[in-house]
Amino acid sequence: MLDVVVALLAISIVKSTPIVLGALSGTVSERSGIVNIAIEGMMLGAAFAGFAVAVQTGSLGLGFVSAMLAGALLALLHAVLTVRYAVDQIITGTAINILAVGLTGFFNRQLFATGAPAGAMVLPRLHVPVLGDVPVLGPILFQHQPLTFLAIVLVIVLQWALFRTRWGLRTRAVGEHPLAADTVGIHVSRLRIGNVILGGILAGLGGAYFTLESVPHFEPLMTNGRGFIALAAMIFGKWTPLGAWGAALLFGFTEALPVTLQIQGFAVPYQLVSMLPYVLTIVVVAGLVGRAHAPAAVGVPYLKGQRASG
Amino acid sequence: MERPSLAQTLLVQALAALTGLAAGAILIWLTGGDPILAYGGLWEGSLGRPASISETLVWSTPYILAGLAVGLAFRGGLFNIGAEGQLSVGALTAAWVGFSVQGVPWPAHLLLALAAGALAGAALAGLAGWLKARTGAHEVITTIMLNYIALLGTGYLLSGLLKDPSPFVVVAQTPKVLESARIPALFSDLRVHWGLLLALLLAVGCWWLLFRSTLGFAIRTVGLNPSAARYAGISIAGTVVLTMALSGTLAGLAGAIEVLGVNYYHTPGFSVGYGFDSIAVALLGKSHPLGVIPAALLFGALRAGATRMQFVSQIPIDVISVVQGIILLLVAADDLVRRFYRIGGRPAAVSAERAAEGTVARTWGRAD
Repeated sequence: MLDVVVALLAISIVKSTPIVLGALSGTVSERSGIVNIAIEGMMLGAAFAGFAVAVQTGSLGLGFVSAMLAGALLALLHAVLTVRYAVDQIITGTAINILAVGLTGFFNRQLFATGAPAGAMVLPRLHVPVLGDVPVLGPILFQHQPLTFLAIVLVIVLQWALFRTRWGLRTRAVGEHPLAADTVGIHVSRLRIGNVILGGILAGLGGAYFTLESVPHFEPLMTNGRGFIALAAMIFGKWTPLGAWGAALLFGFTEALPVTLQIQGFAVPYQLVSMLPYVLTIVVVAGLVGRAHAPAAVGVPYLKGQRASG
Repeated sequence: MERPSLAQTLLVQALAALTGLAAGAILIWLTGGDPILAYGGLWEGSLGRPASISETLVWSTPYILAGLAVGLAFRGGLFNIGAEGQLSVGALTAAWVGFSVQGVPWPAHLLLALAAGALAGAALAGLAGWLKARTGAHEVITTIMLNYIALLGTGYLLSGLLKDPSPFVVVAQTPKVLESARIPALFSDLRVHWGLLLALLLAVGCWWLLFRSTLGFAIRTVGLNPSAARYAGISIAGTVVLTMALSGTLAGLAGAIEVLGVNYYHTPGFSVGYGFDSIAVALLGKSHPLGVIPAALLFGALRAGATRMQFVSQIPIDVISVVQGIILLLVAADDLVRRFYRIGGRPAAVSAERAAEGTVARTWGRAD
């Protein structure tokens, strides 16, 4: 029984990896005032770019870098259109999601019509010395692949950075009251563009999870809504990295549960158990979180020298 | 600030569509394909023949309804990402009433099935609205979650309780709906059906509701300025629930009409994509009920033609999504289009008022 629980918790942490990375992506972007509903598209684009480059070059490292680059490029598009041209942030986000589906599907069929070449692989599982040998906690926390560890490190780093550094203070100021931030000399546009691109890189890491860590191949639409669940985790976590992590772990757990039950041979209808994460989210969001408070200026374009009303 | 004229807006939209298609052609050409052959297929499959036009209209019908659904919610300051799920419960419920209710004559049975589908969609979206009004749960989260719940739930019922018991049917799908619950075709031997007219009628109905009725005024006021709405004595909670329920009604009808007018049965995966495309359709139509119609026709034509394009040129169907994404971007970033094609009539710089006018993104962080 104990080993089942250990496996369940370990899988939960693995499954939470893309969700927490996506939620961090949303957090750094939205804290500076830019809505990012394109996390799903950025992850999908990164998953494909990472896979395609890793397969063509035989280098997981290059694949990894390409995944981050793909996320950053889509984020750059989002940033330039929303910050420089004040285009509606939800619209650009939606368009990027559609674009990512189209581009990845298109190139996937053009490049790998006859199936991807053999030799693709995933990042190795790391076994943290000493800590990995601790019973129970070792297998749950300290025997994972690199991205899973990296996600946890990033949660801590970003939590600190957002609330304890100058960049964090500026980010929050720009997200809450850009005019006031501008008045004290903060470059609102530059900071927002930078944060959105950082968000793109984080989403790119989340995308890399799918093809470089989870499975060594790409399927169209393989992110399967994780980007949107990440968005939910971000809101659930009240726009803080630690909160988002907690939420992502909960999602990871509910994703791991049906898998574990199936392995254990329980005869429960798969579809009904798979509903669990989603039902639980609604219960938690409605019952426990209540009214979430987004950064005050989120979604509102800021144009220097003009006062946007409302 | 002067508003651009309707003609100019339409010109910009048309240029955006053409630019999107041109970008798709460049993508095809860069990857070694033949854009002329591909777009020839696209044309042939979407508008080139009467049967193709019929297919375009068949595709457009659910797009109109689901686009209206998302657009109506946008007007009320709500982002209904759940059209996908509402569509699937609408389709399943309509199919269930369509095949299980016996002995009711034609128009009555059809109306019953349509109403059931509409009601199912309304219930699912209304639940999200109620949760928001009651507890403040963000509708973006709840509608996405309800999407998965709806898709898994319909999948469960389709492979069990509501599965066609015939030994010849191995896949998960419902039995065919009875003749008495089917939407008749508009012309013999073309698939386009009376559901299209119903969708167009509902678009006009939505326009009337939003811009000519008291309820519509309440919906728009809550969407634009909740504090003003509260001051005017409008019940925000009630309006939010009602807006979501109406939005879900339209999405549910989209699913019901697809089942009762085209396929005559429901199967998992049939609706996948409609829900998300409908967000783009609503945005493309600027969340205006009458603007949704041309947007839906464009998306319908692209989807209908894509299959033929892939068949004649081997260019992957996905290029259509690229084209759609670019068109959506350009319609939103219309200043870019104006600048690129040097269309005057508007100052080059974006004004703050216009930026603040953006009705969609600013509802995101609203806590009321």
